[in-house]
Amino acid sequence: MGTMVDITGLRKEFGSIVAVDGVSFTVGQGEVLGFLGPNGAGKSTTMKMITGFLTPTGGTAKICGYDILEQPLEAKKRIGYLPEGAPAYQDMTPSAFLTFIGEMRGLSGEDLRKRVSGTVEKVNLQSVLEQPIETLSKGFKRRLGLAQAILHDPEVLILDEPTDGLDPNQKHEVRTLIRTMAPEKAIILSTHILEEVQAVCTRAMIIAKGKVVTDGTPADLEGQSPTHNTIVLTVRSGDVYAMQAQLAKIDGVKKVEEMGQDGEFTQFRIFPDPGRWIIADVGQCAREQQWEVAELQVERGQLDEVFRNLTAPKQALT
Amino acid sequence: MGRIKVILKRELAGYFATPIAAVFIVIFLLLSGAFTFYLGNFFVRGQADLIPFFDFHPWLYLVLIPALAMRLWAEERKEGTIEMLLTLPVTMWEVVVGKFLAAWVFTGIALALTFPMWITVNMLGNPDNGVIVASYLGSLLMAGGFLAIGSCMSALTKNQVIAFILSVVVGLAFVLSGFPMILNLFSGWTPHFILNAVSSFSFLTHFHSISKGVLDLRDIFFFVSLIAFWLFATATIIDMKKAE
Ligand SMILES: Nc1ncnc2c1ncn2[C@@H]1O[C@H](COP(=O)(O)OP(=O)(O)OP(=O)(O)O)[C@@H](O)[C@H]1O
Ligand SMILES: [Mg+2]
Repeated sequence: MGTMVDITGLRKEFGSIVAVDGVSFTVGQGEVLGFLGPNGAGKSTTMKMITGFLTPTGGTAKICGYDILEQPLEAKKRIGYLPEGAPAYQDMTPSAFLTFIGEMRGLSGEDLRKRVSGTVEKVNLQSVLEQPIETLSKGFKRRLGLAQAILHDPEVLILDEPTDGLDPNQKHEVRTLIRTMAPEKAIILSTHILEEVQAVCTRAMIIAKGKVVTDGTPADLEGQSPTHNTIVLTVRSGDVYAMQAQLAKIDGVKKVEEMGQDGEFTQFRIFPDPGRWIIADVGQCAREQQWEVAELQVERGQLDEVFRNLTAPKQALT
Repeated sequence: MGRIKVILKRELAGYFATPIAAVFIVIFLLLSGAFTFYLGNFFVRGQADLIPFFDFHPWLYLVLIPALAMRLWAEERKEGTIEMLLTLPVTMWEVVVGKFLAAWVFTGIALALTFPMWITVNMLGNPDNGVIVASYLGSLLMAGGFLAIGSCMSALTKNQVIAFILSVVVGLAFVLSGFPMILNLFSGWTPHFILNAVSSFSFLTHFHSISKGVLDLRDIFFFVSLIAFWLFATATIIDMKKAE
């Protein structure tokens, strides 16, 4: 797993705004790194610096060993980039546009034709190839942006919100495409869809106010959720207090919360002591008490909860 | 060099993919014809040359070329395509030169389409065709000067209307600085060398000297270095303002 993207101390100031504040990380071959973060966190700005569009105020990025500031052409050759909003020349057709991108990347003749047609198939653009880009729907524009990024089969892919505006089928296809390309490449993508991180990323990074706040596998992230490994138990309503007391008696249970009842059923959330695996004991308890169980499951943890905890503005202490 | 050609090709195709090409060429031909025949008294003069035709070129370019150049960068920045373009493996100067050349080639095509004028004078008399060739060359060089100014003004703003107005104003300064009326304003109270400096920046002075048929290297050098200067300014401004 060679390092393909090496970022050190990246910083960008726009006047008095610090958009990116000392971001460092590396991405190796086979990794799919998901950038998460609230609006204005600095995800796009970071990507713009990695791809050589913006000059950093400080720090730099190395792409396959080539410094984007010192050897921009060599670095850019190895990058495929989908900018935010997937910009493209509106009066061209997708086929002319992709040919242009291919020629700019030094492809020509039969090779170019094959690359274009192969890429068009990968992102399902066949039906709109000769239609002016300005008349394409948002999803097709996004797919065209993706096509232009992967056309030259780059070693490093930087995708700013690649599935934004796609329908569920296309989202699925694009995620599958990203997964199939992943083993040979280093991929960085940004997204606001947390399931997307679980679906395609091998690693997730949350950025807030220009700084990296967590970096780990999606499972690590879930582990930070306060509800990680808690048990959700739904039973037919009875004496709620008695039930709660009964559950709290189980060995390894730290806390039991009643989450609500809807007349027929009552739901509890049971928090284990750290490192304890208590679902079997909870099940046992329910059987012994002859409760009618409607649902019993372990929660993996909510990514959106972790996301909110890490990035939402802290409530003022009163 | 290859990438400049690819950019040139795409830009040029862009002119013809939109009504811009047709509108520009038709208006250019109509106006240059109208000016020559009505205002320039082409027939009344009874001389077989194209002086009235070329005399109006600075004024035609002053208005028409900004209209052509205003979208060069403004549109690219407004649509965000500049981000895609500049993250391709290409240098800034290749992009700046490629886009400029496309607009220049396009102007050259429009200029070449005035050939019936040339044929007409040759049918009516015996013009000095050497002078005419030189005038065409001078006109093309001057068009390049206007275009390079337009390119730079287009880099300054995302708004094409503002880009247009700025290019007309700057272009006008470069035309007027050789106009006798303006020069008279300066003469008498300014030292001679300033007067010379002002008029030496004039498109008119250099264009007229080329269109007399004397291909003085200094006139050619003037336009070439003027183009280089404004393109350099374009690249610098794009580099500074691309983030916005
Ligand atoms: N050209 C610019 N001039 C001034 N400020 C800018 C510029 N570009 C970005 N910013 C600021 O930098 C910060 C980071 O913006 P950025 O676009 O990187 O956020 P993001 O994480 O991509 O957000 P989103 O999720 O909304 O896409 C924001 O506060 C933004 O206003
Ligand atoms: Mg963004």
